[in-house]
Amino acid sequence: MNGQQRKWVYRILPYAILAVIGLCFLLPLLWVLVASIDPNAMQSLKMPARFTGANYSEVITSQENQRAFAIGLLMSLGQALIVVILSLLAAYPLSRYQLKYKKPFMLTILFMTSLPITAVMVPVYQLFLGLKLYNNVFGVVLFFVASSMPYGIWMIKNFMDSVPNDLEEAAWVDGASVFTGIRKVVAPLMVPGICTVAIFTFSGSWGNFFVPYILLNSPEKFPASLKLYQFFGQYGMADYGQLAAFSVLYALPSVLLYILSQQFMSKGFGLQGGTKG
Amino acid sequence: MNSSAALPLAHKKKRSYAWIYFLLPSIAVMLVFFIYPILLTFYYSFTNLALTGEAAKELKFIGLDNYVRMFQDPSVRVSIWNTLVFLIGSAVIGQQVLGFVIALLMKHKNRLFRRVIGTIVLAGWVTPEIVCALCLYSFFGDEGTLNAIIGFLGIPDVAWLYTVPMLTVILANIWHGTAFSMLVFQAALDDVPNEIEEAAVVDGASRMQILLRITIPYIKQTITTNMMLVTLQTLGVFGLIYAMTGGGPGTATTTLPIFMYNQAFVNYQLGYGTAISLLLLLLGIVLSLFYIRSMKE
Repeated sequence: MNGQQRKWVYRILPYAILAVIGLCFLLPLLWVLVASIDPNAMQSLKMPARFTGANYSEVITSQENQRAFAIGLLMSLGQALIVVILSLLAAYPLSRYQLKYKKPFMLTILFMTSLPITAVMVPVYQLFLGLKLYNNVFGVVLFFVASSMPYGIWMIKNFMDSVPNDLEEAAWVDGASVFTGIRKVVAPLMVPGICTVAIFTFSGSWGNFFVPYILLNSPEKFPASLKLYQFFGQYGMADYGQLAAFSVLYALPSVLLYILSQQFMSKGFGLQGGTKG
Repeated sequence: MNSSAALPLAHKKKRSYAWIYFLLPSIAVMLVFFIYPILLTFYYSFTNLALTGEAAKELKFIGLDNYVRMFQDPSVRVSIWNTLVFLIGSAVIGQQVLGFVIALLMKHKNRLFRRVIGTIVLAGWVTPEIVCALCLYSFFGDEGTLNAIIGFLGIPDVAWLYTVPMLTVILANIWHGTAFSMLVFQAALDDVPNEIEEAAVVDGASRMQILLRITIPYIKQTITTNMMLVTLQTLGVFGLIYAMTGGGPGTATTTLPIFMYNQAFVNYQLGYGTAISLLLLLLGIVLSLFYIRSMKE
């Protein structure tokens, strides 16, 4: 191989490798998309003889599914809203005041963000039985809130640190209270941060399967994630087309919110935001 | 100048303890639903807590019995081994290395091409875990896409989910999680100054040398942090494995979370299940402490 050829290989090779990786990632995804519009969907990916919207309309018109989606939305939206409000409040003193135990507190928060929730589900279940919150949708929301608070506080505090004090102080001079200051001056300047946290908490609970699976047991209270599992886990793979259509609809909010969140994250992605103490 | 600086101070002084009320709601929620359950894990793991039978009527402190049982239980050893295989296969080798390779290969490539590949990889990450499980279950199924492809090439069908179940769940988790590492490494590689690499090229360094001697040492911190985060995320994976294989066949894909679930909610041995949770929790705590230490450096 001469130099010219080698140079050519080096130029093409990365593209070839990436294309193969891309194809491997694409195939399972393509199946769910194609099967959802195939009237005779099978387990393997194939070109449909004709396209149909019937799978989607079946899924959408089912009242059970509508309820599952509504419960899922209610849980995730409720959780995101509560987490944002509580995190804003909690982050304020952590960002603005000199507190004695701030550092250990923030480290504890960081520590809690990284613990796997899976590990506490058994005691949480027992706790929920004791508190009569078992099989209660609002109870699930409470647990979701608690488990995403550390992340919310950590992120919002870091975002708040970058909002300058001056504007807020100016508002105080004009007679605004601390609350008004947060609401009218600090919060509007943190819209990207707030949206990031809201989107992440929303997606976290929307996509979560284990928590509602443990804490709920009546099928009429199941959110979309559990409903899908019910179709796919317990009753076998009866109707691939509908299963795929349900999956696409269920994945849609996560996808849309992810795209939306890209606009809010100024520097794409990175771990550097976390290093601020 | 003086007066304007003094004002906010006075403002703060007047409400010097108001901050407690700001923190109170979030601390309360975390205490009740997060910290208390963690403490309960320690407590319950020393009890005979169960949902059925004698133990359901009376909660008894049984000391280290659960732990003795755990160390004697061969399925605990299997689960720990499975967890390690799953962690190393899907988190360390899979997501971390593959994410790095993708990010590296993408650097300085055609923009449209990067976009397309990046979006495909990201789609797996954005997709909820239950949908991932369904997609990969179909992909590896007896009549699934993979068998259709190898059938097309003239190779007989393989029952992937039965013959190599661990491999299928590892690949599923790689499919689901690699985008995270890819994004992290893309950001990190963008931060490596071009001048350093260019200078090395002028000095006659090979691509491999540049990668090993310059690029990787430069982003070492990111590699450590990402490794910890990915490992922690993978440690808690339940739904993906549970929906794809149910921990089986047999105990082939029973990782600690699945084993914990089976003991606590299938066999109703909550106390024993909690002892296993504690094992998982301790693993998580050790990893988190490493993670925090690596962040502080």
